Order: sequence, then structure tokens, then C-alpha cells
Amino acid sequence: MAQWSSLPEAVAAHVHDGDCVALEGFTHLIPFAAGHEIIRQGRRALSLVRMTPDLIYDQMIGAGCAAKMTFSWGGNPGVGSLHRFRDAVENCWPGPLEIEERSHSDLANAYVAGAANLPFAVLRGYAGSSFEQSCPHIRSVICPFTGERLAATPSIRPDVAIIHAQKADRKGNVLLWGILGVQKEAVLAAKHSIVTVEECVESLDAPPNACILPGWVVDAVCLVPQGARPSYAHGYYERDNGFYLRWDAISRERESFHAWLKGHVLDTADFSEYLRAQAAGAAQEALR
Amino acid sequence: MSADFTSDEIMTVSAARMLRNGAICFVGIGLPSTAANLARLLHAPDAVLIYESGPIGAKPAVLPLSIGDGSLAETADTVVSTPEIFRYWLQGGRVDVGFLGAAQLDRFANINTTVIGDYRKPKVRLPGAGGAPEISTSAKEVLVIAKQSRRSFVEKLDFITSAGFLTGGDARERAGIPGRGPVAVITDLCILRPDAKTRELIVTGIHPGISRDRICANTGWEIRFSEDCGATEAPAENELKALRDLLARTAKAHGTAGVAA
Repeated sequence: MAQWSSLPEAVAAHVHDGDCVALEGFTHLIPFAAGHEIIRQGRRALSLVRMTPDLIYDQMIGAGCAAKMTFSWGGNPGVGSLHRFRDAVENCWPGPLEIEERSHSDLANAYVAGAANLPFAVLRGYAGSSFEQSCPHIRSVICPFTGERLAATPSIRPDVAIIHAQKADRKGNVLLWGILGVQKEAVLAAKHSIVTVEECVESLDAPPNACILPGWVVDAVCLVPQGARPSYAHGYYERDNGFYLRWDAISRERESFHAWLKGHVLDTADFSEYLRAQAAGAAQEALR
Repeated sequence: MSADFTSDEIMTVSAARMLRNGAICFVGIGLPSTAANLARLLHAPDAVLIYESGPIGAKPAVLPLSIGDGSLAETADTVVSTPEIFRYWLQGGRVDVGFLGAAQLDRFANINTTVIGDYRKPKVRLPGAGGAPEISTSAKEVLVIAKQSRRSFVEKLDFITSAGFLTGGDARERAGIPGRGPVAVITDLCILRPDAKTRELIVTGIHPGISRDRICANTGWEIRFSEDCGATEAPAENELKALRDLLARTAKAHGTAGVAA
């Protein structure tokens, strides 16, 4: 049953060193506040899973939280490279990063398989590519009915899934809308889950087929307004495209990344302080 | 030659022309999204644009900066989850055209967006697959749009992320891939199409003002030209106006210049 709690309490209770952790959100509703809290609490050796690592995993990798990453597209959308991710893979900095690479279709199917309590996903995928030679987790099965050869990959079963959503009610029932990505599947595939939300409401007031996660499949619900910034929350705020562009310069060198991380995450008490530091930084940038 | 348009503009306009009205098109972000939306504003108002983040029938007024921009959801006929988009709509065989970009490609239109160098110890780690391996195999046909240079058009790929015609001939069919594969590659210099038998990409149209030497100099293999290879049609005034207006609207909306490519 969902417990309303603070984000630091939820992370302390449910995210442990060495855990397999999936922070999901496909461009939309990326749980940045939760990622920052994991960095602040100094979690190490995490096995991170996420379709699009985005800035959030670039930050967590650069901060030294990750030992492994499972992903399907690791770039800065519309901008270019994720420099901290590349530095980890190309130069083992700040430490070696094992990668388990998939396609979007595979990883989406693997979350579905995880949510369905199946050991593997089956898809018509990867045909003709180099994946099967280079990636030991990408294999194949023969259909027992037609004889067709299909790709088979292990399902995703995180220790904890973390998502951000628009609303939750007092009982912790969660409502999200807009681009939904794989958030529902990630929560249902995981042993535990944390949901940060924009607001707590008396009633979700949602139509019958809305995407609702009942409170009894969620462990912790945390009120973190703007907790998806610099990504966006449909109906609440827009994506901060300017920050995605600025991240290229901030993250390019280890020194500039660390200065940013210290000033904005490590030396801030929580996400509201981060937002203030971020706004001050953006104002300074605008004056240049 | 006319200096009234840039090489990027003729690339985008030529690519847009390839998308027929009514086509169900699975769109990659960046150049493919620019070309597909331009087509929608010109001759293909009924093209259905599907983005891998879940919007089906997206009609954005400005180009999305990311694959999951809110404007895609707001203007779509429906928005489904990411598993559904790949399982029911793409793998389900409902996509006519996959519109892809490419970091690197070879003479058989195989695409690499994974690594330069050894997979285990890469010289350059590229973003990876995204939706492309299954778009390139499950869409009924594929259009590729990419800037042409010796770095991007290479003799041998270090990694095949998305299948084109593999080793050529009937290799693609023998691999059991359902979709027909790339029908055209549109670059800033020319248009290439696969040879009917060998499936090697050959130049079938050259953009105005571009020499054969320049195409050869920007290709990492010994490139061939079709017998009837002529000049590509220069962008018409209305095509250029629609493209420039779209890019200007986009730059204004995102508060940045040059984010659309």
C-alpha cells in the first residue's frame, strides 16, 4: 500500500547500493528529483535501466552511482552526445560501466515481459544486425508452431522502479497522462516502486480507461512539484530545451560537470533548492 | 547554378517529395521529422506521422526538438504507450514507410548508430539503436536521409545497427526480414537508390550545381552512377517558403536557432 513520504525517506527506504533501478519516463515526466536524491545519498554500484538514459543517467553516471546500464538510445535528444556516459564507456571514468544494449522495441517488450512475470521477451527484432554477435543477452527462439526464428531477450525485473506522474490522491492512487512511455510496465515489473507527483488531490476525477496505478502497487508516493524538470509534465510545465542545450557544455569536461554537480545537487538540500540554484544559473547565463 | 537554396534545403525538400499523401510513416527525430512534416505541409496533408514515443497522427505546428515533445501528443489522433507503438503498430505491420537518419551507412544501406571501432572498446560511442533496428525491418519500405561525407558513407561498418540489404543481392530476403528495405537514400549532394539486382546504392539524381567528382570525393566506396542519372529538380518557391517558415516557427518556439536539423 502506498505510503505518502518525503523523497529522501523513500529513496533511503527503497534504493540500496547494488540494486537494479529503473527511472522511467520517455522524454516526458523524467523523475529528475529522484535521480538527484539518489546522487545526494551517495548510492553506488547501481544497475540502471532506462530506454533513453537522457541527462538524468548522464548525471548519475558522472556522479559515480552506476556500475551497469541497460539502455536503448543514449544521446542528448536534439542536441548530441551524453558526454558523461561516453566518458564512462570510452575511458572508464569515473569507473568502468558495463552496458547491456537493446533496441527500443526490445526494451519495451522486456518491460512488458517483466510486468507479465515472464522470463523473456519475444519479438521480431534485430534481424540482419550485429547485435546477436556482440551482445550475449540478445538470442533467439524458434516458434513451436510456425518454425519462425524470433529474437528473445531477458525480461526487465528491477528491484525498484521510479516514475514521476501528474497526480495522486490521498490513498496513493496515481494518475498520469500524455506520453506514457513504459512507466506503467516499469512499475508493474519491479519489486518496489516510488512515484513522485506534481500534486496531491482529493479525487483523481479520471475517465475509466485513464492510466492509473492503484496505490496498492506503489510503495511510496512523494509530493515533488516540478520534480521532472528540466523535462516536462504535460499540463504543468514545458520542457526546458535551453537547459538540454546548455548541458552539452556543462557535461563536456569532467571539471565543469563536477562544479555543476556540486553547486546544484551535492550542496543543495533538496529539489526545491536545486530549482532555485538552477534558476540563478540560467539568469547568470542570460546576462552573458 | 542557382544559389537560391542551400544543400540542406534541397536535401530536405527532395526527401519530403518521396513521402506520398496518405502514407503511414514512422518518423525518426531530426532530419526525417523535418522532411516528413514538410511533406505534410505540401503535397501530403493526409500522411499519418507516427513517433516512437507513442503519438499516432501527430501534426505539430513546429518541429519537435525531442522525440517525445508535448506538441506531438497534443496534435495526435491518439497517444499510445511505447510498448504498444512497437508491438501493435510497427511489428503489427501497419507502417508503410520508415523514415530514418543515419550516422554511418555502407553501399548496401546498412546503418550504424552504435559504435566506431571495436564494440567492447569503442573509439566513439554513438547513441545506439533507438527504434531503428525494427523500423528498418518491419516498415514496408524505408527512406534514409543523411548528410554525405567520407565519415558517414563508409566502405565497411564497424557495427550494423539496422539492416539495409546486408551483403547485397537477396541477402535481406534470406535473412527473413519482412519489410522491403530502403527504397532511397537522400543526401545533401544526391539521391541514391538500390540497384534492382545487386542492391548496391547507386546515384540516380544529382542536386543542381553538384559535380560527380564531389560525390565521389564524399563517398568511402567506389560509387556508381545509374545510366539515366540526371539532375534533381531544384526546390520550387512554395517548397522553400514552406520549409523556411517551418524552421523559423520552430526556432522562435524553441528560442534557439538551428535545432531542426
